[in-house]
Amino acid sequence: MMGGTFLSRHSAKLVLGIPILWIVLFMLVPYGVLLTYSFWIKKYPLFVPAFQFGNYWTLLTDPQYVQVLLRTLKIAALVSVASLALAYPFAYFLVFRLKNHTIRVFLFMGVIAPLWVSYLLRAYVWKTILGTEGILNSFLMNIGIIDEPSGIFLYNQFAMVLTLTYIFIPFMVMPIYTALEKIPGNLGEASADLGMGAFATFWKITLPLSMPGVVAGFTMTFCLSFGDFIAPFLVGGPDGQMVANVMVSQFGAALNWPLGSALAVVMLIIVLTIISLSDRFEQSGKVEL
Amino acid sequence: MSAASTTLVATAPARRGRLAADSGFVLIVSLVMAFLYLPIWILIIYSFNDNRTLTWPLTGFTTHWYEQLFQNEQLLTAIGNSFYVATCSTCLTLLVGVPAALALHRFSFPGKTIFRRLLLLPIALPGIVTGISMLNMFKMFGFNLSLETVILGHATALLAVVVTQVFARLQRLPKSLSEASSDLGANPLQTFIHVTLPNIRTALIGAGLLSFVLSFDEIPVTFFLTGRDNTLPMYIYSTMRRGVTPEINAVGTIIVLMSLILIIISVVFTVRDNTSKGIA
Amino acid sequence: MPAIIELSKISKHYGSVIGVEHVDLNVADGEFLTLLGPSGCGKSTLLRMIGGFEMPTTGTITLSGQDVTHLPPQKRDVNMMFQDYALFPHMTVGQNIAYGLKMKGIGKNEARRKAEDALELVGLVDKIDQQPHQMSGGQKQRVALARAIVREPKVLLLDEPLSALDAKLREQMQVELKHMHDKLGITFIMVTHDQTEALVMSDRVIVMESGRIAQDGTPEELYEHPLTPYVANFIGTTNFLPARITQRSAHETRLDVAGQILTTQFDRVPQGDRVRVGVRPEKARFLNGSAAPGNILAGTVSEHIYHGTSLRTAVILPDGTEFYVDAMLPFGMARADAPAIGSEVRIGVEPENVLLFDAED
Repeated sequence: MMGGTFLSRHSAKLVLGIPILWIVLFMLVPYGVLLTYSFWIKKYPLFVPAFQFGNYWTLLTDPQYVQVLLRTLKIAALVSVASLALAYPFAYFLVFRLKNHTIRVFLFMGVIAPLWVSYLLRAYVWKTILGTEGILNSFLMNIGIIDEPSGIFLYNQFAMVLTLTYIFIPFMVMPIYTALEKIPGNLGEASADLGMGAFATFWKITLPLSMPGVVAGFTMTFCLSFGDFIAPFLVGGPDGQMVANVMVSQFGAALNWPLGSALAVVMLIIVLTIISLSDRFEQSGKVEL
Repeated sequence: MSAASTTLVATAPARRGRLAADSGFVLIVSLVMAFLYLPIWILIIYSFNDNRTLTWPLTGFTTHWYEQLFQNEQLLTAIGNSFYVATCSTCLTLLVGVPAALALHRFSFPGKTIFRRLLLLPIALPGIVTGISMLNMFKMFGFNLSLETVILGHATALLAVVVTQVFARLQRLPKSLSEASSDLGANPLQTFIHVTLPNIRTALIGAGLLSFVLSFDEIPVTFFLTGRDNTLPMYIYSTMRRGVTPEINAVGTIIVLMSLILIIISVVFTVRDNTSKGIA
Repeated sequence: MPAIIELSKISKHYGSVIGVEHVDLNVADGEFLTLLGPSGCGKSTLLRMIGGFEMPTTGTITLSGQDVTHLPPQKRDVNMMFQDYALFPHMTVGQNIAYGLKMKGIGKNEARRKAEDALELVGLVDKIDQQPHQMSGGQKQRVALARAIVREPKVLLLDEPLSALDAKLREQMQVELKHMHDKLGITFIMVTHDQTEALVMSDRVIVMESGRIAQDGTPEELYEHPLTPYVANFIGTTNFLPARITQRSAHETRLDVAGQILTTQFDRVPQGDRVRVGVRPEKARFLNGSAAPGNILAGTVSEHIYHGTSLRTAVILPDGTEFYVDAMLPFGMARADAPAIGSEVRIGVEPENVLLFDAED
């Protein structure tokens, strides 16, 4: 135990020991068990220990699962892009154009605050808005734009992307805002001084320096929407199943824990891959400011 | 928002271009804010509408849906369960998260990178993975599912929230403060109590409040780890299977109100902390 | 005087990076010692090892005879004034000062009384109930001093104590700290990169270079007899000229400096014949007319640099090297009196003011 500090041995042990114990007990052991289960075989009525890759094989070859995986990837990507498209200009305006400190803090808090409001309810409210008998349809009928309720709003992938963007956009705004805030104002001035236009300055200076924030935001929104099962459940409809919904059904009605565990392992691997990719990006693109 | 006061020292055409850009930005900001807050207002408004279906136009004002809530035994039990779970998991996650943040901040030790990675993993890891892996473990070792298993799950999922917030605050605390404390005769525990803790207090309160709210609202982990008892979001989730009802809006409105109160508390604490240190 | 602190063979390595290498140092009781050097020379590391904030890789540290090498800071009878003052932001000035007394188990009332005494000493007794953030930099500095001395340590450590102050206040605090040292009678060990600070305040100065002691001596010794070009250059300014020894004798060495002859009485004459000569700009003067023979360098004036109290004149010697001559500008003397640019001048240097060093590699 080093560290150059002077914490006495016991408190150091305690400070490090508690979290390590927790990580081992509630993260490493569960992941190990998860991995173990993913090799087991389903045998009515339950499952038996085994070591085989049948579950993974099913996931990679059965078109039903492949389709769900691809759809989930697509939706997660769309959600991230949509969040970025809204969050970047928003954060940029707050940091570089808005000179009033109070309004800036207020708007920033305004974006984060919804995180404190139940995520279930935030998904639910879109169901009430978009439904066939929902608020949007009745509103459009009321003002005479449509004659009968339209089903195009709810139970499709658009509804899912909309809802998930709504839920996860704060995770995109926060890191981008932080990254933009770290860029010294005089860099922009220096660039203007050297004769670069506003657009060139943005393209050559601001955007590259804010990339770590963009990557962090992308990682979070992508991973979190990738693993969501509430939005598909509420607004997704029959062709809107995502990986997490399949996992839920494997642990519920289908009662195939080994397959569900294999799916969870796949999800864990995908998330870890994305995190380490974004870490590597951050390391390689690290600029001392 | 149009009062966005930008200082413009530029020529006329440049100023015009800038104004156009600024109105574009104001539009985006208004859109984002509307996108974020219109649905919440819709949720609230329909909780007071005296119609069983949620349609436009509004038909009239009522508090009927709220009155119904207070007679719903199941709902009240679920609320009680949620308070129990959120309180316990917040305490647990602070008890584990604060030492973890301290260790990350203070020590260098072999495997520190993995330690940090694992601690922060749940930020980007969907709750369902935590839920399923812990469910598997509890099943394999023969534990029965209960609110207590939910608490352990929440504490694990929320650990990263506490660690990041407390660690960020520790990083901002000059190292010389704890050195000065030990220089003046305090042992590590005394230094922690008298110097470190008071200076990270607001981060602890903020992280604690956020953990509480997130645990109170948590679904994916709870879904897999709860036994026969329902927490509030699990109860709402199960009623949603039966469709959209104004009662859900009423519960939702109460939850929004509660979140708002907690947000205000956390803001007040942060602001007071900053002014007392003259940062403002 | 007995040594209060003894460092013996102290080294500090960070992996393969060397922070401090093989330092032996005794500090006498009551001394004002300064560790001087540029950033990264190991002076702060050395101070922090004395304070207990870092452990040496090898070597021992004793404090009044007791081995404290591996004791944590709270078990050492030394106190530190931190560069950023490290005042506890959540405590009042009084609580800050009483903190170290509370840790000693001293009762509340007595602690308060002692805190008042300490504040009295630094002239801030009326600020006892203020918060640190309400104070100016100079006031914070005094509070930090009061907090460190209230525990009556055997040794007070000062880590760049004046670096955060502006020039005017720094000058004033130099004198105040020196008076405080005289008044308290305890040992002060200060770290600084500012040579003036070191010369003004210290009884003894340790110049450090890349983790080692370059020279150890009184301010006068360091200034008059620098052991190495590094020290000569770090403390004050020095003209360096390549030279060749033409004749050695017991009291005098004769040198050839770019074809001109200099003699020196410097007592540390290098082995080889190729050497470097060092002359302080203010120890050289312009000669007029046909004055004093010997020890003369001739050249052409190229530039005047005005310093307010003095005037620096750059002279180009025949071999092309630049040589500075400083002249004080006392009452009645103006820069106009200096030799004009372009004029041929002769520079006189007394033999006792010619320093000798090894030649550059």
